[in-house]
Amino acid sequence: MAFKIVSSQCTSCSACEPECPNMAISEKNGTFVIDPAKCTECINYFDEPQCVAVCPVDDTCIIDNNYPRYVA
Amino acid sequence: MASQIISLSSIATPNNGVDLDEIMQQKAEHQGCGTSGGSGKASCGTGAGQGDLAPEIWEKVKNHPCYSEEAHHHYARMHVAVAPACNIQCNYCNRKYDCANESRPGVVSEKLTPEQAAKKVLAVASTIPQMTVLGIAGPGDPLANPEKTFKTFELISKTAPDIKLCLSTNGLALPDHVDTIAGFNVDHVTITINMVDADVGALIYPWIYYKNKRYKGREAAQILTDRQMQGLEMLTERGILCKVNSVMIPGINDHHLVEVNRAVKSRGAFLHNIMPLISAPEHGTVFGLNGQRGPTAQELKALQDSCEGEMNMMRHCRQCRADAVGLLGEDRSAEFTTEAVMAMDVEYDLESRKAYQSLVEQERQATADAKRAELETLAGEQSDVKILIAVATKGSGRVNEHFGHATEFQIYEASASGAKFVGHRRVDLYCQGGYGEEEALETTIIRAINDCTAVFVAKIGGCPKASLEAAGIDAVDRYAFEYIEQSVIAYYRDYLDNIRSGAIVHGQRGDAEIRQGAYIAA
Repeated sequence: MAFKIVSSQCTSCSACEPECPNMAISEKNGTFVIDPAKCTECINYFDEPQCVAVCPVDDTCIIDNNYPRYVA
Repeated sequence: MASQIISLSSIATPNNGVDLDEIMQQKAEHQGCGTSGGSGKASCGTGAGQGDLAPEIWEKVKNHPCYSEEAHHHYARMHVAVAPACNIQCNYCNRKYDCANESRPGVVSEKLTPEQAAKKVLAVASTIPQMTVLGIAGPGDPLANPEKTFKTFELISKTAPDIKLCLSTNGLALPDHVDTIAGFNVDHVTITINMVDADVGALIYPWIYYKNKRYKGREAAQILTDRQMQGLEMLTERGILCKVNSVMIPGINDHHLVEVNRAVKSRGAFLHNIMPLISAPEHGTVFGLNGQRGPTAQELKALQDSCEGEMNMMRHCRQCRADAVGLLGEDRSAEFTTEAVMAMDVEYDLESRKAYQSLVEQERQATADAKRAELETLAGEQSDVKILIAVATKGSGRVNEHFGHATEFQIYEASASGAKFVGHRRVDLYCQGGYGEEEALETTIIRAINDCTAVFVAKIGGCPKASLEAAGIDAVDRYAFEYIEQSVIAYYRDYLDNIRSGAIVHGQRGDAEIRQGAYIAA
């Protein structure tokens, strides 16, 4: 399971990229994307997903229902 | 004393809107400024604008347009937008809003890599030799992007060592970076401080991101204010000049900012810049959408006046974009897009920059001399009368803009103690729609300068002049291309004479509007 970034909402501010403990975030075609294979929802790292916590636009970093929830 | 005739165009092409031929023509016709009053007060010689600043501080601020009101008529700055990320959310900011025609903090047209930024600085410095300051102000927070910010400083300090570096931050991450800032010889830092009380802060900041956690409400505001005060003290300890920016939000922090002023002054801040809230529904900010209004011109001035004691108040801030280029009243960023800059073949010529700047200094000294000489004619004047005068200018401290071309008016307060810059009013309207009619344009300008007794212009047509007269504003073109402050004092002296002779009756003017809404850098 993983988070994803809604590209139409992303301001491309890059705030999330360095905060991700899994290096799962990168820039692609002008906005940022999360690699679902690397995302662990920050479980075992932080109390809250870092991309959600730092993103300046609400409801931009959201759960991607195409993947099962991450199990630590 | 003979006026100096200076040709700035002899060394470089300034292209900053100053018509040098016109200036020279006017100077040649000018009969010399104030040959009377040989026994006035002691001259302060080289200290154009130094006022009562200590010499070492004057040395730091004298060519910095954002730290010296007097310098901002002559020197330009640029911001490079290398820092898009932010670590707090403010209710007056919406990062989704991205209009190329908007001029206010937090807005840019394109973000840059440090390498692109360094190239851009060289290109601008070579084109605008009076550009002396490079600032990083966002569009997010420079210290939420420390690698990009400091890489940019590193590149520029190598290639353009004469350019002053500065940055503007919300202060949350400041204590972590003060030593790095000092290491790059950054000697000007601006912190935006809107409150020192977490209850007030909770109304301005919905959240902060600090130590891998999002804090909200009062808790967030308490962390922010603690970090801001700590950062300010650390800068002061290291001798780094600190300016404090505060956004005046009526009903939320307007009265509280007097307390903020005391708090930052006691911690060694050098300059306090109280700015009006910019708030319109189309910006999509919390304040824009909930109808929070900004202050009127007189509300802003009253707060600035009440804070003006031992601490200098900045009144010439244009609340510019994080990618602005040029003199403070202008924006030439459109000339320096990344595409254009990358195509430029730039050769950085330090010597020609120095030569150009020494001519700027001569012009600046002449401005100060003219003001001083004119001031002597007011010696012994006891009047309580104070009036505001709006001035159309393109820079260089002269009345040198046509009324119809002005995108802003500089506001001077004239009193028995002389001429004082107290603010500016933007009157550009192009993005607002429906204001194309000349009549509507004049109405909008009148609303912006309605608290002024007169407006000084290089030239004005008959129709707008009549509209202004009908609104009780004296449209004056007899000081065309003269020095602003000298002219303001001369006008004031005539004004007092006219009151005494009964030719005019002095009355209080009303309030004026601070322009809201979008802006096109034409």
